[in-house]
Amino acid sequence: MKNILKLLENNARLSNTHIAKKLGISINKVDEVIKKAEDDRIILKYTTIVDWAKLDNEKIWALIEVRLTPQQDIGFDSLAERIYSFSHVYSAYLVSGTYDLAIIIRGETMQEISNFVTNKLAPIEEVQSTVTHFLLRRYKDSGELLEGTEQDKRLPVTL
Amino acid sequence: MSLYNTRLSDNLLNKKLNLISPSGIRKFFDILFSLDGVVSLGIGEPDFITPRHIRDAATYALEKGYTMYSSNYGLIEIRQELARHLKSHYDVNYEAEHELLITVGTSQGLDLALRAIINPGDEIIIPDPCYVAYSPCIVLAGGVPVPVLTSIENDFSIKASDIEKHITNRTKSILIGYPSNPTGAIVSVEELSKIAELANKYNLLVISDEIYSRLVYGVKHTCFSSISGIKDKTILLGGFSKSYAMTGWRIGYIAANRRFIEAMTRIHQYTMLCAPIMVQMAAIEALKNGEEDIGMMVKEYDKRRRLLVNGLNSIGLNCFEPSGAFYTFPSIKTTGMTSDEFSERLLIEEKVAVIPGSAFGSGGEGFVRCSYATPLTNIEKALDRMRKFVTKYNRG
Repeated sequence: MKNILKLLENNARLSNTHIAKKLGISINKVDEVIKKAEDDRIILKYTTIVDWAKLDNEKIWALIEVRLTPQQDIGFDSLAERIYSFSHVYSAYLVSGTYDLAIIIRGETMQEISNFVTNKLAPIEEVQSTVTHFLLRRYKDSGELLEGTEQDKRLPVTL
Repeated sequence: MSLYNTRLSDNLLNKKLNLISPSGIRKFFDILFSLDGVVSLGIGEPDFITPRHIRDAATYALEKGYTMYSSNYGLIEIRQELARHLKSHYDVNYEAEHELLITVGTSQGLDLALRAIINPGDEIIIPDPCYVAYSPCIVLAGGVPVPVLTSIENDFSIKASDIEKHITNRTKSILIGYPSNPTGAIVSVEELSKIAELANKYNLLVISDEIYSRLVYGVKHTCFSSISGIKDKTILLGGFSKSYAMTGWRIGYIAANRRFIEAMTRIHQYTMLCAPIMVQMAAIEALKNGEEDIGMMVKEYDKRRRLLVNGLNSIGLNCFEPSGAFYTFPSIKTTGMTSDEFSERLLIEEKVAVIPGSAFGSGGEGFVRCSYATPLTNIEKALDRMRKFVTKYNRG
């Protein structure tokens, strides 16, 4: 299964036939493994990485550090759930270090993100503090360079 | 007709140059630069760039002011490191002080070896097909190349029995290069031992070009001089270009008996002086800490090798499984074309660059060299295009 997932993680549009050929296994086997991975939510979703900037339509992204007061018995989990349930939250991680929750927010305008922080996030009682970092430029995303891979500098034929 | 195809009849030039044919791939350059979107399987160097820590070593050497000559032999540190390396990988003992010479690429090593041993008219036995420089370098040194045909029936591995048929009283040396550019072939330990026996029997030197020694798949490379009783008759050529992806740095080495190293250094000290010092320092870093990089690259080449060999066979271009270097050497005979014609038409019609086998000797006619020193996606693209091309012309 790992080999199939690795291929898909890099290119979700690979056909099952192609995967089967590449790994030297039957198409039926590939179908079966992928179906099971989907059912078990090992494969969460198939997605596309878009460089919106090329369409002059780059979204506004912000990384927000959130410090929380842990709740008795249940720790951070239910608090985290309350925060990551907001539709603005693109990703959410519990982290070690000087703050607790790292969340990534996507919005159309800076105002929208600012509103989210002041109206939704900050008022939560257990939220001690927030630090908002607007992302200025995306160089690499999910292992992919935004500028594309460097071109081959070699001579096209050599002996 | 372009300049490089004309005879150099000018009396002001060295007449020997007329004995050297111009590069067989120049015309492909002209076509290539007129086309867009070519996928090249015609590149004879790694697609990896030199590992970062090796580049850093050179940068650091420059920052520290290493911009001067080194000993003609090369820095003692690189020779010591190299001696250790040869011992640990191939179980051969070379003394750092007297038996190693650092050269400007393996190419210079080849030239030095030939110039140091050839007297006018001496015959040097070479495999056919073989690396393009062997024959011209022999001719320039005043020798006579004697090609020994290798064939796909033996996976292009040279046979001692065939070599013996070509030995005359003018034979001075056997020059072999395995793993092979262009075929990817290797020679078994048994056959190497037979070649060593021949060398002893007829009192011949063996120049063994082992530039691709680290790029082998599923087999262990045998260093020619590790065969018992032949070390003192062997001139071992090695380099950093292929194993550490350092082609542009131009650094290699010669390992041989002290007598030969002295002879070659006599030429080297007047014609080259020494290899660039900052490059030697990068090479030290490669020897010390480059094993992991080689492992990673070999793993990647191996994946590509399997894809390309299977792919070529599946489209009807019969191809033996090469165990070394980064080349495959499929037969194109079913198309009825010469290898030159095949390569030119494939380039123009399907935009895939390969090298005609005939560029590497008459024994390469009917074959083309396809390099897998290119990402998997390129190999897949090339195979799709080649399938189309072969289907169009295959005569079954």
